[in-house]
Amino acid sequence: MALAFDEYGRPFIILKEQDQKTRLRGIDAQKANISAGKAVARILRTSLGPKGMDKILQSPDGDVTITNDGATILEQMDVDNQIAKLMVELSRSQDYEIGDGTTGVVVMAGALLEQAERLLERGIHPIRIAEGYEMASRIAVEHLEHISQKFDFGASNIEPLVQTCMTTLSSKIVNRCKHHLAEISVKAVLSVADLERKDVNLDMIKVEGKVGGKLEDTELIYGITVDKDMSHPQMPKQIEDAKIAILTCPFEPPKPKTKHKVDIDTVEKFQTLRLQEQKYFDDMVQKCKDVGATLVICQWGFDDEANHLLMHRNLPAVRWVGGVELELIAIATGGRIVPRFQELTPEKLGRAGLVREKSFGTTKDKMLYIEHCANSRAVTIFIRGGNKMMIEETKRSIHDALCVARNLIRNNSIVYGGGSAEISCSIAVEAAADKYPVVEQYAVRAFADALDSVPMALAENSGLQPIETLSAVKSQQIKENNPHYGIDCNDVGTNDMREQDVFETLIGKQQQILLATQVVKMILKIDDVISPSDY
Amino acid sequence: MVIEGPILEFHQKSPKPLRVYSAQQSKAKPQGQKTLALLLFCVLSGIRISNFPKHRAYDQVFFLCTKTQSYSPPSYFPWRCVEKILKDDASEEKGERARMASFVGAIAITDLVKTTLGPKGMDKILQSTGRGHEVTVTNDGATILKSLHIDNPAAKVLIDISKVQDDEVGDGTTSVVVLAGELLREAEKLVAAKIHPMTIISGYRMAAECARNALLQRVVDNKENAEKFKSDLMKIAMTTLSSKILSQDKEHFAQLAVDAVMRLKGSTNLEAIQIIKKPGGSLKDSFLDEGFILDKKIGLGQPKRIENAKILVANTAMDTDKVKIYGARVRVDSMSKVAEIEGAEKEKMREKVKKILGHGINCFVNRQLIYNFPEELFADAGILAIEHADFDGIERLALVTGGEIASTFDNPESVKLGHCKLIEEIMIGEDKLIHFSGVEMGQACTIVLRGASHHVLDEAERSLHDALCVLSQTVNDTRVLLGGGWPEMVMAKEVDKLARKTPGKKSHAIEAFSRALLAIPTIIADNAGLDSADLVAKLRAEHHKEGCNAGIDVISGSVGDMAELGISEAFKVKQAVLLSATEAAEMILRVDEIITCAPRKREDRM
Repeated sequence: MALAFDEYGRPFIILKEQDQKTRLRGIDAQKANISAGKAVARILRTSLGPKGMDKILQSPDGDVTITNDGATILEQMDVDNQIAKLMVELSRSQDYEIGDGTTGVVVMAGALLEQAERLLERGIHPIRIAEGYEMASRIAVEHLEHISQKFDFGASNIEPLVQTCMTTLSSKIVNRCKHHLAEISVKAVLSVADLERKDVNLDMIKVEGKVGGKLEDTELIYGITVDKDMSHPQMPKQIEDAKIAILTCPFEPPKPKTKHKVDIDTVEKFQTLRLQEQKYFDDMVQKCKDVGATLVICQWGFDDEANHLLMHRNLPAVRWVGGVELELIAIATGGRIVPRFQELTPEKLGRAGLVREKSFGTTKDKMLYIEHCANSRAVTIFIRGGNKMMIEETKRSIHDALCVARNLIRNNSIVYGGGSAEISCSIAVEAAADKYPVVEQYAVRAFADALDSVPMALAENSGLQPIETLSAVKSQQIKENNPHYGIDCNDVGTNDMREQDVFETLIGKQQQILLATQVVKMILKIDDVISPSDY
Repeated sequence: MVIEGPILEFHQKSPKPLRVYSAQQSKAKPQGQKTLALLLFCVLSGIRISNFPKHRAYDQVFFLCTKTQSYSPPSYFPWRCVEKILKDDASEEKGERARMASFVGAIAITDLVKTTLGPKGMDKILQSTGRGHEVTVTNDGATILKSLHIDNPAAKVLIDISKVQDDEVGDGTTSVVVLAGELLREAEKLVAAKIHPMTIISGYRMAAECARNALLQRVVDNKENAEKFKSDLMKIAMTTLSSKILSQDKEHFAQLAVDAVMRLKGSTNLEAIQIIKKPGGSLKDSFLDEGFILDKKIGLGQPKRIENAKILVANTAMDTDKVKIYGARVRVDSMSKVAEIEGAEKEKMREKVKKILGHGINCFVNRQLIYNFPEELFADAGILAIEHADFDGIERLALVTGGEIASTFDNPESVKLGHCKLIEEIMIGEDKLIHFSGVEMGQACTIVLRGASHHVLDEAERSLHDALCVLSQTVNDTRVLLGGGWPEMVMAKEVDKLARKTPGKKSHAIEAFSRALLAIPTIIADNAGLDSADLVAKLRAEHHKEGCNAGIDVISGSVGDMAELGISEAFKVKQAVLLSATEAAEMILRVDEIITCAPRKREDRM
């Protein structure tokens, strides 16, 4: 423990309550950290690839999630160890940045750590390892750029995009109808994409799910769905050419924020107050009516009286619509959110071609569809499925597919999947390693070995002989000088990923390598862990 | 017997330690060589130590080793193989163990509901843990599963699919769980025979598709022929009801259900069918009534019978109408002022009533309370006033009478009133109810259930609800299949054929699928106390012939012609059972790891 002595030999204490803390330092700390990182990677390793397995996660409240999405697994795992938390962060940042490859990045980091452990045992200083990894990752990323290909698609020719999304979806449980879902995702992305600026705002795509029906019934709606129904059961269920007033003020008498009291002490006052109140409601409804609205969407509740007045004046209304939905509706219909009745003007109304209420199954579930909006760029993907977990998992899968499509629109370079890119990088890094005259050579070579572990895990999960398959593919790549050979996970019969149409985005792959290297470097640089002791 | 103080506890006969208390719990640290050896033994032989996470056990061993210095752990001791990643109480199950946990959970659930399947299925008593320990007697799969508190995640998946089946088609809630369970039971055997779960899944998928096609080929669609279709509906209703408590009077209830659904004219809006339960009488006395029954009493001194009623349905406060402006309050300085304001309030109410009367109505139904004063006013005007009808009642009443729910009364000319031919007070048992007959919307009707006790009535309602759901779905999707295990046999036969044609490991999975399908007729026969092995074999032989209609006739205990016996099932239900059971089985099979988070700590409110 950290004890220091002054010149008289008296100890003085550096850490507060140091006897209650455990401390690991030097090589022990590094090894402990590496093994924690590896443990996390080991959990995810079996989820990689089209034949990857799922995990059941039970939350503290007993809810069950079934998924094989790396980011979701780690997020819900309730991790305690600090290093493990770093790995969770790693997968999350891949999720935010790219949206796909969240499992791969963790497996990659785990492999790098494993290699680092061996080098540490041989007495190589962690900083040298980190340096070597850094160099190697640069080589790998450059090599990826080199083997990448441009990828042609247009608004009319979406089939290539659909193929890419299918690669992403094939590792999920929804792969039964992956083509259908991939097509929906691509159409959704294209309809919100700004092809000129190469930008996609995924906020414009809303993913909604409702239990029941079949996965095949999942549909793309050019508009918005809201999980609400009309405030009054007898309002019309279908409105054509709707002009929508979007309000954030309740249909209730105003409640000023300052404290006040209205004292009633005479009969006259009582009566005027009553009239006043009636006038309030009347005015509110009248204002909506005056600007020509045919549908009112409100963030707050209505008073019974206001509700009836609305119904009475034939003005359908929806209440308690959430803030996010309200914004989406405003974007989609081109309307403005109005916080006060006084500010309602005809220009601020949103427009939609068709608003309808739809009910499902034998229960009383109802949803509101707002379609053919003025600004048709906001779309909704409406998922149906056998059970709640299925829907949640489909949502996550579709999110991944959407991200992939978006990345391709932003940057249409691709590399081939099935581990082929990793193998090719590994060969390149291995070749480059020999050129380094210093200790880093070992680290660079270790990096090449670590790159091999992704295709190795793929082969393992697909039930192939990992070492045998990998070496066969590697030699094939070198012999034919063709970086498109990968692991044949689906047992199609060919190793050429170009023929199988399995590819991933270039930025996704580059990001994976860079992020994994960064985290590993960070872990390697830690040489002292102080934590409150358990006992 | 406890040795080494608080640390280890042994069973008297077995040498395996039962529990090892955690250091935290016993506030003591393990000491001595013997403890160390035992702890090591536990850790290495994989005995789970309650309250003692694995990594702590490792730590403890390490701690002891360094302390006693008399025992060096074996070189294969996994020092760092399990680092502490998860929180303290969280647990993690991997690979085979995870799979086993989910298989065991799913199969346990299946075995639980298995005995309720089929016409001779048994009921379950469910006792709630809430206050009063309410008792429910049922054999509805969804109801049973809904009330179970289960911790096993795989079991939760099964419960979820049965719930969805209930929401979506209303019936087949037990079958779907049983089929999924049987699929997993077969999968377990395959996994034990070293077939990869992914291979099993792809086999199951092929088999499910094939089974669906087999059913599609054999469906009967009597959409064109109204007469035949009605008899189809009747048969379906009877088949559904025959497994429920209503089976004694299934013809009676089937007729009720079919009549009710036919009135809906194709809409699936079951809200228009109202079910009222009144204890007393026998199940046979239940009846279908056109029109609408409101479970309320008529106010005092008001007419008990109105012909050609004009009804105003309202949702408004009929007590003292409050001023809704925020912060308003009454402040007076003398008694006379109080009286004045009171008078004004009364005047206000009188005015409101007058406005309501201005609509030219003779019946007024309000969702909220009507106080004595306005009630008196209504009675004076000879108007029937009904207070405190619940929200559903109001909506339904508005729906059937064609009126609108009003909350303000200033423009009588534009408020739509509801109409009906006759309102009268009727007696069922000893309760008085209000009966609206001759309503505008012909779709609505009310089924009054009578029965000996609340339990019987509740179960009868659930059964009838199942039948109504199935029927209303069948009206939209008119394809019909035979029942009594016939569809399963047809599917099993086709799937078997497919298995023979398919090369590779998948064919084992496909074969297993067909075995799982056969389990359903087997269970039906078993539940009826018949010799299932014999019957199912006979049935399979029958089905070897083309176009066979054979199924299990539970009544006579033999193989019978289902078409002649009039046992039918809706195609939509069977399809939903098949697809969601396969989906659920697939989902559970794909899992190779279960991570359970530490349960959320409840704050002690004591």
